[in-house]
Amino acid sequence: MAKEAELALVHAGFPSPAEDFMDVALDLNKELVRNPSSTFFARVKGDSMIDDGVCDGDMLIIDKAAEPVDGCLAVCFVDGEFTLKRYLNKGDYAILMPANKAYKPIRVDADNQFAIWGVVKYLVKKV
Amino acid sequence: MPFIGLCDCNNFFVSCERVFRPDLEKRPVMVLSNNDGCIVARSNEVKSLGIKMGTPLFQVRDLVRRHNISVFSSNYQLYGDMSQRVMNILRKAVPGIEVYSIDEAFLNLDEMPLESLQPFARNLSARIRREVGIPVSIGISPTKTLAKIASKLCKQYPALKGGCLMYRTQDVEKVLGRFPVSDVWGIGRRSNAKLQAMGITHALGLYNMPREQVNYLFHLPGLRTWKELHGEPCIGFEDVQSDRQTVCISRSFAKEMTTLEELDAAISTFTSKVAEKLRAHGQCAQQMSVFILTNRFREDAPQNYQIKTTLFEVATDDTLEMSERAALSLRQIFRSGYAYKKAGVMVTRLMPRRGVQSSMLDNIDRTRRASLMEAIDAINKTEGNYTVRLASQGEMDQFSARTMTSRRFTTRWDEIIDVKV
Repeated sequence: MAKEAELALVHAGFPSPAEDFMDVALDLNKELVRNPSSTFFARVKGDSMIDDGVCDGDMLIIDKAAEPVDGCLAVCFVDGEFTLKRYLNKGDYAILMPANKAYKPIRVDADNQFAIWGVVKYLVKKV
Repeated sequence: MPFIGLCDCNNFFVSCERVFRPDLEKRPVMVLSNNDGCIVARSNEVKSLGIKMGTPLFQVRDLVRRHNISVFSSNYQLYGDMSQRVMNILRKAVPGIEVYSIDEAFLNLDEMPLESLQPFARNLSARIRREVGIPVSIGISPTKTLAKIASKLCKQYPALKGGCLMYRTQDVEKVLGRFPVSDVWGIGRRSNAKLQAMGITHALGLYNMPREQVNYLFHLPGLRTWKELHGEPCIGFEDVQSDRQTVCISRSFAKEMTTLEELDAAISTFTSKVAEKLRAHGQCAQQMSVFILTNRFREDAPQNYQIKTTLFEVATDDTLEMSERAALSLRQIFRSGYAYKKAGVMVTRLMPRRGVQSSMLDNIDRTRRASLMEAIDAINKTEGNYTVRLASQGEMDQFSARTMTSRRFTTRWDEIIDVKV
C-alpha cells in the first residue's frame, strides 16, 4: 500500500481525466460464480447431452446449493456415478432426460441410490 | 447474557471425501495421516467398530478388509479449500469468528437475541450442509468450554439437527453428569489422571468440586475451566489469531530410511516448508531443532531418537540459511545402522520479522535474500508447491506412498470432477 502511494507521488503528472469515473474492471469470476462457497467445477465426459450443446471436454459451473427446478440441467449421483441430464420431477419418481437420440431416458425411484448433487449454472467451452 | 457458538465440522476429512463420493455416505471411511501412517479421521461407522484415533494402519488391516472400509490418504489441499468455504459462510453469518482449527471456529453471537439462537444454529448448520456438503455441529453457550460440550451433544443426538443451545443451569448439570471429564476442553492428560484417581469420571464431578479445592489441585488453568463450566466466561474471544510460538513439520516415511542421503532430502524439504510458513506469517525464528527417530512399533529393530537444536545469531526466515544449518545438524545426529521412520524440523523462539535485531557480524545480505524468497514463494503459489526448490530436496514423490489420495477437486484444473454425460 505504502509502495503504491509512493509511486503515485513520483509519477504525479497531469491527473487522468478518467480518474473520477474509475470503475472496477469486469470480473468473470464474480459474474459466473455467485456463491463461491457452493460453486464447484466439473469436466464433461461423453456426448449424451450433445443436442443441448453440452460437448465432451466442456467445463461445468455447478451450484451445489441451487434449488433443482423441473427441467434444469442437473448433476446427479445415480448408483455410484455422477451424470448430467435434464431433471424431470414426476413426484414418486424422476426422469433423467438425455439430449441425444442414441440414449434412453433414465427412470429413478426409491430403489436407486439417487441424489441431485448440484445444478449447472454455466457451461464453459473452448471454441 | 452474551453467547458464544462453536461450529465443529463432523468427522471433517471423511466428510470432505464424501462430498465427492456420495456413495460412501453411511459406509465406513477413514483418512490416514501423511504417508499413510496412522488414522487421523474416522466416520461414525469406523468409530463404532472400536478403531481409535491415531491407530497405525497396519494394526487394523484385518478390520479394513473384513468391513470393507474405504481408506484415503490425506488430501490437505482439498480439506483446506473445503474448510475455507465453511469459514466464509460463518464469517458472513455472524459478527465475528475465531478460526480455532481447520474444522472448528468460535462464533461471536453477542448481539443475537436469546430466542433466535436455537433456530439460527439449525439454519446455519443446514445451510453449510446444503452449500458445501459438510455436516457441522453448532453448540451455543455462555462460555467457550460449554459451547464445545454443546456441539458434541449435536453429534450424539441427531434430533438436535446440528444446533444446540445450552445455558440453563439444570440443562448444563444434566449434560455434565453424562459427559466424560477427559473430554472437557482444557483438561489435559495429567489433570485427567488426577481426577480419575479421585474417582471423578464425569464433568459434573469437577463442576461440583468446591472452588478452593479446584484452585489448590489444578491451579489457575483448572480454575478457569471450572468457572467456564459454571457459565462464567474466562477464555476471551480472539478475532485475530495471535502469533504462533512454534512451527513444526514432521513426517513418517512410507519406507524406513537408512542413509544420510535419503534423510538429507527429507530434512531439506521440511526445512523449506518451515521457512515458507514463517514467511507467510511474517515471522522469523531464532532456534531450530532437527530430529530423527526409528520405528517404535518395531520391537525387533534397534531404536534411536536424536534431536539437535541450534541457535541463529540473527533470527531468520531464509530457506538457504536454514537448510544449510539443518543439514549440519543432521550430520551430527545421524547414525548408520538404524532404520529411521520419522523425521522433522521445528523452529521455536519466533518473533515478528520487523522486530528482528540485525548484527554487525551478519554475512548475509538480508534484503537481497528476502526478495529472492519472495520470488520463490510467489512462483510456488501460482505454479504449485515445490516448483522452485532446493536441489537438496530431490524429487518430490519419494517420501510419500500416497496411493489412496482423492483428487484435488477444487484447487487443480486438471483434477476437477468428471461428470459422465
